[in-house]
Amino acid sequence: MNDVNVLMVGVGGHGVILASDGMSEIGMNNGYDVKKSDSLGMAQRGGSVVSHVRWGKHVFAPMIKKGEVDFLLGFEQLEAARWASYLKPDGVAIVADVVVIPISAMDGKIPYPSWDECKVVLSQYIDQIYLIPATRIAREVGNPRAVNMAMLGFLSAFLELEPEAWTDTMRRRLPPRFVESSVEAFLKGAAEAKEMITTKGVER
Amino acid sequence: MAEEAISDMKQLLSGNEAIALGAYHAGVVVAAAYPGTPSTEILQSIARMDGVYAEWSTNEKVALEVAMGAAYGGVRAMATMKHVGLNVAADPFFAVSTTGTIGGLVVVSCDDPGEHSSQGEQDNRHLAKFAKVPMLEPTDSQEAYDLMEWAFTISEEFDTPVLLRATTRISHCKTVVEANKERKAELKQAAFTRCPTKYVMVPSNARPRRQAMEERIVKLRSYVEDFPMNEIITGDRKLGVISSGVAYQYAREVFKDASHLKLVTTYPIPVNLVRRFAQEVERVIVIEELDPYLEEEVRGLGIEVTGKDFIPIIGELNLEIVEQGAIKAGLLSEKPKPPLKSEVAPPQLPPRRPQLCAGCPHVAAEYVLRKLGFHAPDAKERQLKKDELVVTSDIGCYTLGVYPPLAALDTCACMGASIGQALGLEKAGVPNRTVAVIGDSTFMHSGITGLVDVVYNQGNTTVIILDNGTTAMTGHQGHPGTGISATGTKTQAVVLEKLAEGIGVKDVNVVDAFDMDALESTIKRCVANDEPSVIIVRGPCPLYVKPSGTPFEVDPDECAGCFDCLDLGCPAISVADDIARIDASVCVGTACGICAQICPHEAISEIKQ
Repeated sequence: MNDVNVLMVGVGGHGVILASDGMSEIGMNNGYDVKKSDSLGMAQRGGSVVSHVRWGKHVFAPMIKKGEVDFLLGFEQLEAARWASYLKPDGVAIVADVVVIPISAMDGKIPYPSWDECKVVLSQYIDQIYLIPATRIAREVGNPRAVNMAMLGFLSAFLELEPEAWTDTMRRRLPPRFVESSVEAFLKGAAEAKEMITTKGVER
Repeated sequence: MAEEAISDMKQLLSGNEAIALGAYHAGVVVAAAYPGTPSTEILQSIARMDGVYAEWSTNEKVALEVAMGAAYGGVRAMATMKHVGLNVAADPFFAVSTTGTIGGLVVVSCDDPGEHSSQGEQDNRHLAKFAKVPMLEPTDSQEAYDLMEWAFTISEEFDTPVLLRATTRISHCKTVVEANKERKAELKQAAFTRCPTKYVMVPSNARPRRQAMEERIVKLRSYVEDFPMNEIITGDRKLGVISSGVAYQYAREVFKDASHLKLVTTYPIPVNLVRRFAQEVERVIVIEELDPYLEEEVRGLGIEVTGKDFIPIIGELNLEIVEQGAIKAGLLSEKPKPPLKSEVAPPQLPPRRPQLCAGCPHVAAEYVLRKLGFHAPDAKERQLKKDELVVTSDIGCYTLGVYPPLAALDTCACMGASIGQALGLEKAGVPNRTVAVIGDSTFMHSGITGLVDVVYNQGNTTVIILDNGTTAMTGHQGHPGTGISATGTKTQAVVLEKLAEGIGVKDVNVVDAFDMDALESTIKRCVANDEPSVIIVRGPCPLYVKPSGTPFEVDPDECAGCFDCLDLGCPAISVADDIARIDASVCVGTACGICAQICPHEAISEIKQ
């Protein structure tokens, strides 16, 4: 049973908390000790959202140490770049193709970084960077809010639990009308990962 | 029903949910609170449980007085609040420490180290010692759950309120909880027994109670020696680490091999246990957030101890900070930082600050205040100069209007302060006219007495009550003005305009929050008056009511690129191709419409289908 430290970052309204709650519960249901910590930073008012999820045999601190993050799940590109320094050298960044321009970038003094610029930041710390077509997957399953499930699906490909371990909890805990689209988005995310990981470290 | 949802054997609960469930299983009958981050979810959880009376009180002082009354009536009661809330409730907190209680009374203080969502940082452990109230501190949600039964038991056994102190990372972190109890089947019947020597604190009664308080602490000192949740974890005896709360978790992870003493009873501390631990190890350190509270307690026992010489006194701790401190203290050796993998210079990243929402009813009023308070922003030169109004402000979402581009506010100190501050500035002889800005919930909390003071002392302050019909910042709780109780039932609403009139304000106005012209003319008229005035700016919080307006759009042929609309700081408006652009997925359009009102080129209108 390996320790898993996942940092999920994004902005309000993109399901970061639902994803981290889900991942925490899945860990617990599969025998891990789990702790998770959310920094909401007035998320509903445009601030950033940061959620630490830790799985392990025995977890002490509810937050991951800087430089110890195994997986950075960026639900928004700028936020992924902002938290890059938390990754450990063999860590993995999984970033959704979502852009939310903060008001501070509106006047153009510090412009919103392009994906290439975000990658420059991430590349300082890690080699494995994946930009996920999460919005496309969400569109395909007919649930624009399923971006987070596609992200979890992609992440699951790196972890030891079988897909059913994830989808069982999803089926039990999600509102019935979102179950099918969420599970589908999760599986599509996982399938996407299988394809992309073969070209390790190269984001497409 | 939610109680069922969180009563499975093994579950992930936030500290706040665990406190609520622990209190419920311990048989709490009355729970009162005023919302405040990071404490809010405790009462929210309890309000969903059957058999508990739960209320949002007007403020923390009232909440504690309600809980105190219930405990006088023999039942278990609790009041929950954020750290600064206990300042407001300090008077009843000290008072009930003096009288003691019959039913168990637990006060929960959720401190916010690092000020994630607070106007100040303070260590409320001092308040336990100050008020001579026993204090318990959980290190995770399981302990938060377990401690509630202990807290009520101690309260009843020792005739004292008990302070349960959490912090943001206890309250808001989820950890695994085995909730192995059920709600007590038989609760004490409420009954009040007359006992003036205990409950009527005239000096002749208060003096003997003062004696009882000291005797109580002596008894508690011996009681906590055997408290089962204080724990020695024996490891390498070269280093002994004393800690409590979430700092214990950091200490265990950073000092993996050391010996540890986890303290859950942090006032009074178990003196003999600490001495025994200190004797077992070669060096004693304390890892704690904020003040050197435990460190001073331990040092007071004549034990050589360090802590704050390498652990910061300001802000919250984390693993990195504790590790860096340990390296500084020579307790750990420095690990080389992995080199950066790339030499390419990274770009600067724009910050993401919280901001007022699209369709927020506070924006137009703050825009007008900025316009009147400062020279109107010139389209070319965006230098804002101060001119006429001093705008004192309060605690709530509207405080975000301090940030550019609104930059409308001059003060924000504590709940309800805006009105007194405005009067003080006026009475000091500051030549500018003063306007106090306060939210509806904050006005109920502690603005009313300030307004009474303005009327009584013949000030001419203008008080603007931004009435969005909810306590928005903490997540839309009810307050006396909303007419909705904590459990969602309908109740008597306190009508702001009638209240202001009743206080004796003659110039009371109610203005539509989205009517720029009316806002400007009313504010101008009121500040010119030589009498107190109240302007109730009324409009619903869009996060609460989710308005269904038709979104607006910018006509590219009409937009001159002056970007006056950007001065609203609306998250729906941005710049694209040198003209303004409105994000229809964010814009509430006809439910707001303030950008269209200020556009000098009439380039903004409803989307035409």
